[in-house]
Formats: sequence, structure tokens, C-alpha cells
Amino acid sequence: MKPPPFDYVAPTDLDEALAALADAGEDARVLAGGQSLIPMLNFRLAAPVKLIDLNRVSELSGIERRPDGGLVLGAMTRHRQLERDATIAEYAPLLAEAAPWIAHAPIRTRGTIGGSIAHADPAAELPALLLLLGASVRVARAARDGEAPGRVERTLPLDDFCFGPFFTALEADEVITRIDIPPCGPLEGTAFEEFARRRGDYAIAGAASRMILDEDGTCLHAAVSLINAGPAPALVAGVEEPLVGRPPTEDRLAEAADVASAGCDPAPDMHGSEAYRRHLVRVLVLRTLARAARRAAAGRTPGIETEDG
Amino acid sequence: MNEIRVAARINGEDISRTVEPRMLLSDFLRGPAGLTGTHVGCEHGVCGACTVLLDGEPVRSCLMLAAQIDGCAVTTVEGLAGVAGEPDVGALHPIQRAFHETHALQCGFCTPGILLSVAAFLEETPRPTRDEVREAISGHLCRCTGYHNIVEGVVRAAELLAEGP
Repeated sequence: MKPPPFDYVAPTDLDEALAALADAGEDARVLAGGQSLIPMLNFRLAAPVKLIDLNRVSELSGIERRPDGGLVLGAMTRHRQLERDATIAEYAPLLAEAAPWIAHAPIRTRGTIGGSIAHADPAAELPALLLLLGASVRVARAARDGEAPGRVERTLPLDDFCFGPFFTALEADEVITRIDIPPCGPLEGTAFEEFARRRGDYAIAGAASRMILDEDGTCLHAAVSLINAGPAPALVAGVEEPLVGRPPTEDRLAEAADVASAGCDPAPDMHGSEAYRRHLVRVLVLRTLARAARRAAAGRTPGIETEDG
Repeated sequence: MNEIRVAARINGEDISRTVEPRMLLSDFLRGPAGLTGTHVGCEHGVCGACTVLLDGEPVRSCLMLAAQIDGCAVTTVEGLAGVAGEPDVGALHPIQRAFHETHALQCGFCTPGILLSVAAFLEETPRPTRDEVREAISGHLCRCTGYHNIVEGVVRAAELLAEGP
């Protein structure tokens, strides 16, 4: 239960970190919050030759609002910041609502948004939530042999980033630098709910829903993203069918929840059979869609709402 | 493997040591720092026994490297009593007094981690409901108490802290 030996550097500059990662080759690992990687080291499931610690790279932290109303989150933004930050509460309320459900407080103190996406655990909240919000991931690496010297960057929609369990588009010499979240409209509502046997444990299943209405209450957009109900985060196909172009009545929300329940791909384990998980997904989707619809109708999703849960 | 120089302030005292990069903060505290009040249970972030405060925020010391605390302030159970930066070793913090009063520990193995989590929690939530307390301690395993008296202990600690010293 002790990590195997490795070399360690903690650069303060991103280019220095990228160069160190490129130099160390495929057997190096990047250390973000460490709340998944360090347990893997302790179990010796990972044995990198070198760790490049990003915790001192100031360029990777910070939460900013762009002129268009979208948000830019540094990759080293901690879950605790999502939970407490006023800008997040106002402009990405889904993240503020869900953050307290990510593990326990001492894990949220350290865990980072970039780390969560790079780890790509199907039970993790953030990849599913960011997918629902239409976020994109900015990654950087040092120039390779034959390229002009400097930093090489690319941006991927989250949809093209997480492929499967613990499997992403990130290459061995790349580091996630920031997450971009597009602006949310005035008649947009989001909601999140998950169920775990004990608060802070991995959710047996979770759901996040998003709805956009027009002035007359007609649904313009409806989407659902599930947690721990498939190999990788994906928007549930077909949930918009019963909703878009019509007001989101109870019957139509229920129909959408049935679609999600039938269309998800939960893996049974000791905590619940497939049938149980499908039932749970149906309930969570129905609740979150209904709440997203109410919030959209109310004009704007408040940061944390308590009156109706 | 390279060696790393770590200079940190632990319980108000400056300490500087050379460590192997793979040394966990929990092992650093119990070994080179000589502070065995921090207990090590699962070593993968589940049991909460090793929780300490890093710059005032609760962290699992088994999920951090000692090398990462360079330039930081750490509070362990030994430094809980007394005012920030000036620990009163041997004295009891109001949360410790409350746990004593309400019989909130039996074997005591999980207690140091819980005390530090609760210290950070009560700072942020000075008048918690019992539900909030249950949530706050949900990241800690205790195999003796059944948690009931821990919840009572935290509620009592909130009262003692409100009364002042």
C-alpha cells in the first residue's frame, strides 16, 4: 500500500511541465489533484517512472467569465471551488448543484476538473455534466521532433474526448489546460440528481437534465446525460423526441424518462441489478427533467434551489 | 530516484526534511515529523482516518505526497487545540471536549481524522443540523460507535464553540 519509486518534478510554468512530460516519455504521468492517481499508486496499479505535478502551475487555475457569457475553467479548478464560487453558481449552476455530491469534502479540496475528465471514470459526475453543458476541452503539448518549437494546442468537444471507461483522446504528451463552457440562455434550466448507498460514495446512477423553453413555454431543447449508466458519458438519444416543439407536460416528461431508461447501458453489480438500475435511471431522469423544466420556466436556474429539492 | 526538500509549517512549527518523492504525507507526518496522532487506515482515501488540514482545508493525507506540502501549513490532531499558528499541546480543543463529554469515541482510531474534518466543517457551518452533521462525517468510517454519539459530539461542539473560550 505504498507507491513504487518514481521521480518527481513540480514545475511552476506550463511549458516547463509540457517539456518535462515530453522528455519523460510514455511512462510518465501527470499529477493533478491525485485523488484517483495516488490510490492507483498506493495499490501499485500505476507505476510511472516520473510524476509531473501540476499543482504549482498557476496558469492552470482560475474561473473566468468570457465576454460572450461563457465560462473558462482552468484545468486545476478544484471541486471545492465549483461548490463555492459565485460565478459558477450564477453561470453554471448545474456544476454548483452537483459539486457537493462529488465524493467527500476532503476529496473535493484536492480533486480537479481536469483530473476528473482525464481519468474518465464512468461513475464520475463532471464528464457527464460538462457534456450536457456542451463544454469543450483545451489540451496542450510541447512541439514534437520536426515541429516548430513552442506549445501545440487543440480543442476538442467533450463528446470527442471521453471514449470509454478510463479511455480518452488525450495523448501521452498532452495536458488538459482548460474547459470552455458556452453561455447559458435566460430560459434555460438544468438539474442534477444521483443516488448512492451512502453520501459521497460512487453513485449507483445519476442524471443531469437540461431544457430550453421559448417565451410561450414550448420546449426548444431537451437533453439528458447519465452517470454510471454506460461505458462513457453520452447524451441519451431520443429524449428530445417527445418534448421538443411542445410544452413539457408530465406525460411527455414521463415518456422521455422511459426513453432514457430503455436506452441506457447500466452494468449490474452487487449494488444493483440491471433492472433496478434502469428503474433508478427512469426516476432520476423524470425528476431532473421536471426540475429543469420548472427552472427554465422560472426564467433562470437559481444557483442552489432548496424549495423543491 | 530524486530526493525532494520539503519545508512546511506543521502545527505552527517550521519543519524541513529531505524525502523520497513517493513518501505519502501520512507517512511523513507519522515518521520524519514524529506526529503519530494522524492514523493510517485504508491508504486509499476511503476511511478518512488520516484526514488533516492543509492550509485550513481538510485533505486525506494518504492521497497526497509529502513533497506536495512544501511551503504549506498543515494541522494535525496534535495542533488542533490553541489558536491558529500557536497550538496548545496537551490542551483540548472545544471539539475534543465535546467528544469527551458525549462519549463520541470508543477505540479512538478514527477520531483524529473526524476531529479535523469537523473543525473545518464547523468553521463553515457554525450551527449545523443533525442531517448536515451526518453528511459532514460521511467520509469517515467508525466501526465502534454506530456514529450516533459522534453526531451528538459535533452538535455539542458547535454549542461550545458558540459559547467561546
